[in-house]
Amino acid sequence: MEEKYTNSVRLKEDLCKGCIHCVKRCPTQAIRVRNGKARIIKQFCIDCGECIRVCPHHAKKAYYDPLSVMDNYKYTVALPAPSFYAQFNNLDDTNIVLRALKLMGFDDVYEVSAAAELVSELSREYISKHKEDAPFISTACPSVVRLIQVRFPNLLPHLLKVNSPVEIAASEAKRIAMEKTGLAAEDIGVIFISPCPAKVTSVKSPLGYEKSAIDAVIAIKKVYPKILPYMLKACDQTDEISNSGIIGLSWGSSGGEASGLLLDSYLAADGIENVIKVLEDLEDQKFTNLEFIELNACSGGCVGGVLQVENPYVAKAKLKSMRKYMPVTKNRLSENYPQNSYIENEIEYTPVFNLGTNFADGLKKMEQVEQICQRLPGLDCGSCGAPTCKALAEDIVRGLAKEQDCVYVLRDFIHNMAKNLGEL
Amino acid sequence: MSNLVLKYTVDNEDFTRAGEASSDVKKKLKMMGVPPEAVRKVAIAMYEGEINMVIHADGGEITVEITPTQIVMVLKDKGPGITDIEKAMQAGYSTASENIRALGFGAGMGLPNMKKYSDEMDIDTVIGVGTTVTMKVNI
Repeated sequence: MEEKYTNSVRLKEDLCKGCIHCVKRCPTQAIRVRNGKARIIKQFCIDCGECIRVCPHHAKKAYYDPLSVMDNYKYTVALPAPSFYAQFNNLDDTNIVLRALKLMGFDDVYEVSAAAELVSELSREYISKHKEDAPFISTACPSVVRLIQVRFPNLLPHLLKVNSPVEIAASEAKRIAMEKTGLAAEDIGVIFISPCPAKVTSVKSPLGYEKSAIDAVIAIKKVYPKILPYMLKACDQTDEISNSGIIGLSWGSSGGEASGLLLDSYLAADGIENVIKVLEDLEDQKFTNLEFIELNACSGGCVGGVLQVENPYVAKAKLKSMRKYMPVTKNRLSENYPQNSYIENEIEYTPVFNLGTNFADGLKKMEQVEQICQRLPGLDCGSCGAPTCKALAEDIVRGLAKEQDCVYVLRDFIHNMAKNLGEL
Repeated sequence: MSNLVLKYTVDNEDFTRAGEASSDVKKKLKMMGVPPEAVRKVAIAMYEGEINMVIHADGGEITVEITPTQIVMVLKDKGPGITDIEKAMQAGYSTASENIRALGFGAGMGLPNMKKYSDEMDIDTVIGVGTTVTMKVNI
């Protein structure tokens, strides 16, 4: 089972002090401290990166490809995320960033924001054709899709079946590069410059399609210092490479995807805790009549990704002023739709949090959890290494912990033992 | 085979807390491996019931019994009772005050939805004494 989940958020054990910052903050309760070190329970992790943000010792790391991955290919195409442009100061022309990427060593660029405009159009078309299945939930944030897959089975039918901008960008970039160079597919490296580790995971173990069209994923924060020296020179060049407008760039922050759908009623929530609340309410049908729901695990949307450099809200403001004089969109669907326009496979419910192997077993184990909870102090102090007393009770029932892991239970246990010894 | 019994107290007039009980039950049912469709029915039916208890009855007690074949929810309040059950079961009929409606509740869908999402529903109400709603969802 473990093999199925490739996570991109991992632990640097030598730096971990065994404190419980990450344990407490993890939205899916996927972290425990065992033997003085944090452990990520792989199948619970949705790669949202909250633990990376909160760890005071920088012991949580996002895994991605090194910049040297560029050397593995005869020809490389950079796919900059829409939020990438928002990392730079006083940038009023996205062409400068694109030129600088080429100066840095990429043979070509294909903007994810360009593909995003195709996705916006595909989504508008899909939603108007499938009105009866509304509300549609965005599938652009891989952490959110993974969260729905493991926790909200009843919402799976509402997932928008249009592929994400970066996947479509990758397949288009590869096709264009093959036509341009005549090289074989494996000689061309389509490299995504990513704001977050969840995108790395979605490339390594995709949900809803067989294989990702992306060859490698590198981090914005790694590219940033390397690209800066080329920015001035890029300012002096005049070639116009930029191929996206307001709709495409807007995808970089929360609400951008939804506004590009030109719908009457939509909701856009960001920040993983807010996302969970919206999903809970949506599942209980607490609000209806919405056509679209955009959810981003990071506060602010992709500008808030853990691999970004700039403050998310400053980045959002920059994105806004940058796109002011752009055309609405520069990309329209032609007769030939991108070959991976839609999510082909059903995303199936993966009940990773189930206590038992079947319902009867689960019922018995939940009863044990309830009983154990009665004996625990209910302080949720985290000293046992689990985020809450209830989580410890679940671990005990799963056979992963024991009651004496609770310092209060242990204290009583020792107290009684001393008392009994005294009476001997 | 043992049954699991969960008990909840629903606070009066606190809309921000209404739904806590149903959301806890939902979470537990999922962890137990109850089929998603049954979880959905329980969550919606119970949430509607919980809201009703807050709006009309100053809160009350909820007992949820989970057996291998069904989930039985008993919602008991000491509210005013339901004068005309037939009318209350009609979609769109509501006795909720203007204040409650201003909050977006009182659309007259509470009882109809509770009936719709439970496989069996029984209402036992006495004017001036209170109401007990029993809802069953089969697994």
